[in-house]
Amino acid sequence: MITTTGIEALHGSAGLSTDIVLRASNVSVEYAGRRPTKAVRDVSLELRRGEVLGIVGESGCGKSTFAYALTRMLRPPARMTAGVVEYFDRDGESVDLATLEGDRLRDFRWNKIAMVFQSAMNALNPVTSVGSQMDDIFRTHRPGMDKAARRARCGELLEMVGIDARRLRSYPHELSGGMRQRVVIAMALALEPQIVVMDEPTTALDVLVQREILDEVERLRAELGFSVIFITHDLALLLEISDRLAVMYAGQVVEYAPAEQVATSPLHPYTRGLLRSFPDLRGERREMHGIPGSPPDLRTELAGCPFAPRCESVFDPCRDMTPPLQAPPRAWPVACHLHDPRYARTTDEAGR
Amino acid sequence: MSATVTTQLVEAPSETVARGSGMLRTALRSRRLIVGLCIVGFFVLLGIVGPFLVGNPNLVSLDRAAAPSAAHWFGTTDIGQDIFAQTVVGTRITLEIGAAAGLVATAISVIIGIGGGYVGGWVDEILALLSNVALVIPTLPLVIVVAAFVKDTGLLPTIFVIALTSWAASARVLRGQTLSLRNRDYVLASKALGEPVWRIVLVEILPNELPIIVSQFLFSMIFAILAQAGLAFIGSQSPDLLSWGNILYFAQNAEALSSGDWWWFAPPGLCIALLGAGLALINFGLDELLNPRLRVYREPRGRRQAKALSPVVETEIEQ
Amino acid sequence: MSALTVTDLTVDYRQHGSRLRAVDGLSFELEPGQTLALVGESGSGKSTVVRTLSRFVKPSSGEIALGSVTDRRLSRRAERKTYHKTLQLVFQDPFASLNPMHTVAHHLRRPLILHGGHRRGPKLDAAVLDLLRSVNLTPPQDVARKHPHELSGGQRQRVAIARALATNPKVLLADEPVSMLDVSIRLEILNLLDHLKRDRDLALLYVTHDLATARHFSSQIMVMYRGEVVERGPSDQVILNPAHPYTQLLASAAPDPRLTRAQLADARTQRAQLRDSRVAEHRESVVDEGCRFRGRCPFAMEVCATRPPDLPAAKGAVNGSAAGHVARCWLLDESAAAAPAADSSN
Repeated sequence: MITTTGIEALHGSAGLSTDIVLRASNVSVEYAGRRPTKAVRDVSLELRRGEVLGIVGESGCGKSTFAYALTRMLRPPARMTAGVVEYFDRDGESVDLATLEGDRLRDFRWNKIAMVFQSAMNALNPVTSVGSQMDDIFRTHRPGMDKAARRARCGELLEMVGIDARRLRSYPHELSGGMRQRVVIAMALALEPQIVVMDEPTTALDVLVQREILDEVERLRAELGFSVIFITHDLALLLEISDRLAVMYAGQVVEYAPAEQVATSPLHPYTRGLLRSFPDLRGERREMHGIPGSPPDLRTELAGCPFAPRCESVFDPCRDMTPPLQAPPRAWPVACHLHDPRYARTTDEAGR
Repeated sequence: MSATVTTQLVEAPSETVARGSGMLRTALRSRRLIVGLCIVGFFVLLGIVGPFLVGNPNLVSLDRAAAPSAAHWFGTTDIGQDIFAQTVVGTRITLEIGAAAGLVATAISVIIGIGGGYVGGWVDEILALLSNVALVIPTLPLVIVVAAFVKDTGLLPTIFVIALTSWAASARVLRGQTLSLRNRDYVLASKALGEPVWRIVLVEILPNELPIIVSQFLFSMIFAILAQAGLAFIGSQSPDLLSWGNILYFAQNAEALSSGDWWWFAPPGLCIALLGAGLALINFGLDELLNPRLRVYREPRGRRQAKALSPVVETEIEQ
Repeated sequence: MSALTVTDLTVDYRQHGSRLRAVDGLSFELEPGQTLALVGESGSGKSTVVRTLSRFVKPSSGEIALGSVTDRRLSRRAERKTYHKTLQLVFQDPFASLNPMHTVAHHLRRPLILHGGHRRGPKLDAAVLDLLRSVNLTPPQDVARKHPHELSGGQRQRVAIARALATNPKVLLADEPVSMLDVSIRLEILNLLDHLKRDRDLALLYVTHDLATARHFSSQIMVMYRGEVVERGPSDQVILNPAHPYTQLLASAAPDPRLTRAQLADARTQRAQLRDSRVAEHRESVVDEGCRFRGRCPFAMEVCATRPPDLPAAKGAVNGSAAGHVARCWLLDESAAAAPAADSSN
């Protein structure tokens, strides 16, 4: 319940439209095992129409697992143990993703939600041409389209991501990594989905190619108006490209705020630590520190704030009470006792 | 219906207990491994102790071609030898040949596969060519030809003939693995420390290939047992060497099959099949144990889910 | 005297009969107590440089002089041993650089026995614990007994660093030492390397694709593009006043959290205009003759078809803070740049 108020408070402060396209409420995911790994713990997020929502966190924080849960792509031993994911179409119709099965789910995936993953560029089939792989999408999902129309559309899509349409005849190995990733993005956009989930889509690429592809995605988003969930460990990059972002730690969202706010005045000590971990290219030279220590074992039951052992401003309540994600007055949701009015005095001492 | 429910109830807690910790517990839960170990263990025990318990297998009695009875558990041969005693004594020879030939073959394949793979260059080219040639020659005919050529058909020559004709396949497997291991960073790090080559191969590479080597050894052993049985069966082995194959050879010579003396050829035949299966089961079990990707994930569903049985596999979080 | 002098190093790979030049005429010197950053993207040849310096790959030509040991005399066993003792490296992936079968203590004992004149015994064990302490792995007794899979990525990289230090080297090559680690612990590892460099007077070659850490942790930077160093100089100069268009593009591609939304949008439009005329594929194609960057370069001219020499990045910069800042680009040659400058949008 507290989470919901937090999100509403965020809407008020940001003053953006509240047209929601995807809402995840209290999602939890477990990896079964001798000691089950609680990879995602009670995460609630909302994606607005046309925005880029960034999810940032270190490896093992559950960000990718959460993305898989959103798109119903979890495979055993991972299992969504709680929560609801709802999709809202433009005409106001809502779909509970949990109810989709078989063909309806497959249809939903390409038409409404598309995915681009880090290894996506290796996901192209090496033995058929790029063109026929793109053609397959239309053949299965748009049976009414004739061959010429399909072909024209495939060419259009390639041109859209900056590749010559003649490349339809090329095989994946004839393209560089960046080009392959462009093809995958073109395929994801083929049926004009409302949501594109991108999980570290450019991490394996060179800086310059990465930049070009991100610019391309930004341009296409402006033109086509889809929403993006962008998942990465690169906070500096995410601050630039996303409208709002969720910082995840140990399977939980610890801060959920507009990107500018995170860049200028992060509230959670973990967010601050992450920001500090990216040295400023043109800034002054000084001694820099990351965040010492390592994240907790998600197979154990966590008592208190999961970040407490690594936190520089840890104080008494952190050790035995898990801070809820809630918005302090005139701010955005953050899961930290430092910003809880109840501990205001102690907070002042600890400092911001 | 009620019966199944009861077994479920009994089974559930015991499984939870076994799901403790450690490799040994996991090993003990692999049914294939357990069954395989039991079969092979039984034969090994039989091979060691058995010959002291049964009498002289070549002793001739008056009960000729007798069917199994209390006096002769597996019946007798056409000249009245006790087949049970023969089978038990044959166990030892068969195991000896299998283990020794498997060991020698594995040793050759380790030297040629790992040595060639690590050294590289023309040495590797030649060794790879050698093993490829050895691989395409049909092995059993080669064994027969070589066995005929060697003339001495005693224990040692048999072991070496079989070993020398069966190392090629595992050499190839080991070479491939070595090629991938020799460019691993930890091997390069040892190189950068100036470690001598033999040390890199023995200490850094070999331990990482142990699971493969063990598995290749088990396969070689199965092959050696079958090859030896084949050799003996067609008579290209000294009849003094009482192995399961030789029992089959005598049975064949005495036309046991056509005269309906099934008790003569059934015991050695079944023993060969059983031992082979046992070794193969150990192999699969070990594979499953050492290679987590082969472990089957069992999804909790239906009644299992209701009993909150957690599934068998432990998997790292994918990120 | 410099700890490592590389002169005209060229490395070719043979590939289906054709040759691929991975490193082309690389020369540099590494001074004790200094960090030199080698910056480049994947495929730039920076990893080949590390592999060649570690003697995993034979160079086609050129010379590597490590103090008094030159590679010509490396046929002698003793010289080879000195080379390995003097030059050590830290790998990129701490999950691959430690042998899963052995304990941490095993990894540290070997270099001590090989190069430190140690024998097995309590003294060796004490040396292992000292090494672990020097990379801040505590409690060392516990860590020494563990196998690599029981350690976190950061801890493994510390073990790898300790192993490299065990021979008491003079030169340390760090090949992307933090790119596989979690963001929050990268700076800790880099700080550790920095402190060790100062305490032990190490000459450190920091190979990376990350401009920001290159600037903050090194005094000199070399920027590599497809096998050649296109720009080099004091780190602040190279990053704050990049002279080569490639370095400029790299620097502008780095995210800058201080920019506002409007500034970001501007930058995006600018970048789009610069590459508007060229198809993406064109930019990623490989050119062999002349300047290798010209396919991607927004300022490509006719003269770029011939290979540019190293030119000083700033006029009259013989001394002062820009001393030694050179770039391999015709734009810096006034006579060449003046004439066909108009022909940039092609």
